[in-house]
This record gives sequence, structure tokens and C-alpha cells, in this order.
Amino acid sequence: MIMTSKPWTKEQCYEQLLLGKTVKSESWLSPIRDKAGARAQALNFPTAKQDDWRFTDLSPLFQHGFHPVESFAKLTLGDIASLLIPGSIRLVFVDGCYASQLSDLEQAGAGVTVASLVEHSGDAQVEANFAQHALFDQDTFAALNTHFFEDGAFVHVTGETATPIHILNIATKRDTSSAIYPRCLVVMAANSRATVIEDYAGLNDGINFSNAVTEVVLNDDAQLQHVCVQREDKSAFHIGHCSVDAARGSVYTSTALAFGARVSRHDLHVTLRGEGAQATLNGLALIGGRQIADTHTRIDHATPRCKSIQLHKCIADGSAHAIFSGKIMVREGASGTDSAQSSRNLLLSGKAHIDTQPQLEIFNDDVSCKHGATIGQIDADALFFLKSRGLTEERARNLLTHAFAAEIIDMIPVPSLVESLGRTILERMNGNSAGGVSK
Amino acid sequence: MINKGSKVLLEVKNLRAEVAGVEILKGVDLTVRAGEVHAIMGINGSGKSTFSKVLTGHPDYTVTGGSAMFEGKDLFSFAPEERARAGMFLAFQYPVEIPGVSNSALLRLAYNTLQTERGLEELDPLEFDDLIQEKIKVVEMDPSFLGRSVNEGFSGGEKKRNEILQMAVLEPKLAILDETDSGLDIDALRIVAKGVNTLLTSDNAVVMVTHYQRLLNYIVPDYVHVMDAGRIVRTGGKELALELEARGYDWLRAAA
Repeated sequence: MIMTSKPWTKEQCYEQLLLGKTVKSESWLSPIRDKAGARAQALNFPTAKQDDWRFTDLSPLFQHGFHPVESFAKLTLGDIASLLIPGSIRLVFVDGCYASQLSDLEQAGAGVTVASLVEHSGDAQVEANFAQHALFDQDTFAALNTHFFEDGAFVHVTGETATPIHILNIATKRDTSSAIYPRCLVVMAANSRATVIEDYAGLNDGINFSNAVTEVVLNDDAQLQHVCVQREDKSAFHIGHCSVDAARGSVYTSTALAFGARVSRHDLHVTLRGEGAQATLNGLALIGGRQIADTHTRIDHATPRCKSIQLHKCIADGSAHAIFSGKIMVREGASGTDSAQSSRNLLLSGKAHIDTQPQLEIFNDDVSCKHGATIGQIDADALFFLKSRGLTEERARNLLTHAFAAEIIDMIPVPSLVESLGRTILERMNGNSAGGVSK
Repeated sequence: MINKGSKVLLEVKNLRAEVAGVEILKGVDLTVRAGEVHAIMGINGSGKSTFSKVLTGHPDYTVTGGSAMFEGKDLFSFAPEERARAGMFLAFQYPVEIPGVSNSALLRLAYNTLQTERGLEELDPLEFDDLIQEKIKVVEMDPSFLGRSVNEGFSGGEKKRNEILQMAVLEPKLAILDETDSGLDIDALRIVAKGVNTLLTSDNAVVMVTHYQRLLNYIVPDYVHVMDAGRIVRTGGKELALELEARGYDWLRAAA
């Protein structure tokens, strides 16, 4: 099918999304889907008048019609070889559909359930937690996802596992652009420990729209290392929302990376619900060309003596636009809160643009909340030093940019992923600098 | 060692340069031959650090007149990285910290860039490790410094030793040491000086820019130049440095 060259309007784009495929569900799930569908009908795309969206230009998204995925794309392990993490428990979704033949669950030992959400929709943990944390009442994208999602990942950890759990979401190129609704539910039982890698990647440069929703529940004293890698195709669109609920004494560590997509958005909402819970949020957006990458985080200190540490970095080249908005909320009863937020940003070109917005809402006097933001360019002295050691301008700039990014990447507790992401960064940077020349 | 027959590495004539529109160098002349050790001394603001930065191509400085030839080629037609590949080296007065880049990775990258320039094979990490283990002995550096980010958290003395380690790895024809002695205690000074002396051959040369005579007790110069107000106002042997130590700079400034 050949699409008309005339761009779609915002209204047409939204209507087309609402024409998505109806998915049958378990008895308990059907009413939730229906309710989400009704909300999606009532809502619309957010506008720049909404405070949470005022920096984010979604207009490139509206120019396309996104169609439901009607057939299953057959891929082989060879097609996705570069994306695999050796030795991991692997759950693969292709265009939002579960791909059992690409998945490898052999490493999942006792105390670890990694499975298709639909196949486990009878599980009490699924029923108890699904759509309870990522609320769709006022959120267009969460409503669309909850109504239309085909399948998703269900991770339930009751013990401890050192084997990383890799949830790989792949978007393929089709004749028409696809609307894809990845879904993920992670439930960490009391005292459990695990590492979960949520990974979004594209094959063959398709213009798809991935609208992902993830819910993470940490019960008392659970510990989760949560890595989110967004490396979609450069013409794709990615809107992701993750809600985390952290109970007493639990430790949540997130490393969220945004490399891909024409326009991407990552919303991460962490509620420190139980006393003494801790959250560490590390983030990196590395973009160039005409990319837009928006990260909105919210850490809600709801109870006493919780701790949060956040470091977010944006690197923008070409005429890219990176956005970081980080909200820290301290509730009235949350005495003894300890919070530190740092936003550090690197502009690689005169046309690139970075907005950073720390937001603190504090309703308790007994708190320590630090925050800081910097925006800079490549350090001229460091650049001269490297050139004086024989490195070309390009090599020196790449090395310094890579070093700036590495501080975040290196925090990922999976060495093989750190290594492959290091290569991804270099490829992206080289691609970006080539893109910069063409302008 | 002075050998009038040896090859001229650097020939600077009537060099003028400015920074932010202010003229700092007002006609510098200097000739350096292979095998020689030169010291350029002078008070703060005399232009000696500017001279080292102009020669290595720091972007803040603009050459407004005169010439500098390196092995017969116009130095100012080359970018800083090309000067480095041609065999020039600057040991920085204030070494730069580069978080996230390991010392060994930088050294290997720089070394392999030069290898490629010289038409030689690049070394892989294992081969390079053998080389670097030898080189760190020159500056008596603990191998643990190789895995750390470049100069991050290094003491002043460790940073200066790291500069000399880079010199040892890159084996330049002409090394300019910009106040390498500043901020060093006596032990670190001895180690740095010993490192430089180890690297001196009849084919390369060193230009030391320094405020104090102290360094010259350890790296003995063939020539001592005194710079004042952007010019070299006197040139002598190593005894000139001793005279400066005893009498200060004022008598030369008055004479100039």
C-alpha cells in the first residue's frame, strides 16, 4: 500500500489510532480495557498548553497514520543478533506480539517467572497490579496502551537472581506504519533481587509508533536494577511511561537511556510509598539531527526517611532538542527525606537545544533536598589537550562526548550491555556528525 | 648537548602573537637543534607560557607576525594535532582532567594515532600493555594510575608525572615543558627530571619554560634564555640561570 504524500492532521492521526484492533481478554481485564478505551475516546493528544508537554513538539508524530499490527512478523535470531545479551533470560516481542521462538527462558530458575502477560493473565499478581500504578484516567497514551495492548511482559521475582532479565521489544518495518503497544509488569516480592532490562529497538528503519507502559512493584526490602534502553529507529516515535511503587526498605535503581526515535518521551514516576525506600535514577539522552528526546521524571517522597538520588544527562548535537523535567515531591508526613538531583547537559552544536527544569515541591521542613543543573559545551582546554596528543578534532570531540555519556552507561550492572551500548554511542555520534554536515 | 652540526628542529624568527587583541610576543627568535636542552626563564607575564602555547597551536592565541619552522616546514600551516604527529609535544602547566577517559585508553589512542602517521602497525590492548608497563617505570608511576580517568583526582605531582609519561609513550622530537616544575615537591621534581633525562637523546630536544632555577639543577640546560616583555633579552649557558637565582631579573629588565 502506498501512502498519500499529504501529511496527516493531528485529528486524523488520533482517529486512526482509535481504529486500532480490539483484543479479547480475561473476564477481569475486559472491563479495564473498556474503561481505558472510553478514556481514550474522551481524551486527545496533549497540547503545548499542558505544563507537562509544553516543551515537547509532537507535530512530527501527527504527520503519520499508525495502523494496528494485523500479522506477525517472522524474525530469526540472526535478525536480532546484535541486540542480544549473552546469558540473559530473554523475552522477545515483535511489534508488540510475543515471540516465543526468539525468547530464551531456560536461565529462569526457581523464584523467577518471566512470561507473556496474556498467558499469565490468570495470575493473582497480574490481576492485583495491572493498571493499578500507571493510571490512564488523565493520560492519553496510557489509556491507548491499556485499551489496545496485544501482549506484554510479566516478571515476577520471589527469590534472588543474578541473571539479567532482558525484555526486548522490536519494531519491524512494514508497508504501513504500525502502532505498537508494549506493556510490562514487574512484581518484586519481599526481599527479592533482580536486574530487568527493558529494551526498545527497531529493525530496518521503520516509521512506527511505540507507546509503552511499564509498571514496577517493589514489595518490602526488594531490590531492583531497572535498565531502560530506547534505541528505536531514527524515524520512529516512542512514548514510554513507567510507574514504580516502592514499599518499605526497598531499593529501586533505574538507568534510562534515550538514543533513538525522531521524537521520544520517557515518563518515570516513582512513588516511595514505604518508609526507608530508596530510588536512584540515572538518565541519559544522546541525540542529534532533528531528534527530540524528552524525559519527565517524578519522585514522590510519600513517607518518612526515604532517599532519592538522581543524575540526568542530555547530549544534543545537530539541531536536536533534549528536554529534562525532574520533579521531586516531598509530602507533609515525609520527614527525614534525603534527596539530591543533578542535571548535566552537553550541547554539541550551535543549533541544538536543551531545556532542563528541576521542580521541587516540598511540604515538610525536616528534609535535605539538593539540586543543580549545568549546561555546557565541549571543554576547550580538554579538546586542545587531546589534539596536542595527536587526536583529530572529530576523534577528540567523540572521546569527550563518549566520556560524558559513559558516566551513566557505566552504572549499568551488565558488562556486555555496557560494552555494546558503548559501540552504539559511537555509531550514533558518527551518524549525528554526518547529519550535522548535511544541514 | 650542543652539536652545531646537528639538525635544526625548530627555528623561530621575529615571532609576534596576541591573545584577545593584546600583543604578548613582540619578536621572539629561537633556534633549537637536535640534542639540545633549552631553558626559557622570565618573570610572570613575560610571555614564556604564551610562547609554548603559540608553538603548539592553542586556539586562544593569534600569530601576528614572524615565522616558526619545524624541521624546515612552516609550523603555523599545521593544526595542533598535525604538529603533535610531526613530533612536537607540550607538557601542560595545568594538566587537564578528563573524567570518563582512562589514562591507558588515552595513551593507546594517542600512540596508535602516531603509529599510523609513521606507517607502523597499531598495537592492540595487550601489546600496548607490555609497552606501557615499561614506560611507567620512567616516571615511577603505580600501574593503578593507568586504569583511572585522566588526571582525575591526581595530586599536582602525579599530574606532572602523567604528562611525562605521555611524553615517554609518544617519543616526541621536540618536547616543550611548560612550568613542569611548578607545584612539585622535591621528590616529585627529582622523578620528573629523571624521567625527562632518560628520554633525552641526540635526536630530540627539550625546551623547558620555568620561573625557577631549581629544575635546572636536575635537567641541565645547554642554553638559558631570559624572556622579558615578549622578547628574549639574553641568552647564555647554564651559569646564567645561577646568576638569575642570585641577582633576580631586574638587572636584565633594566638592561633591556
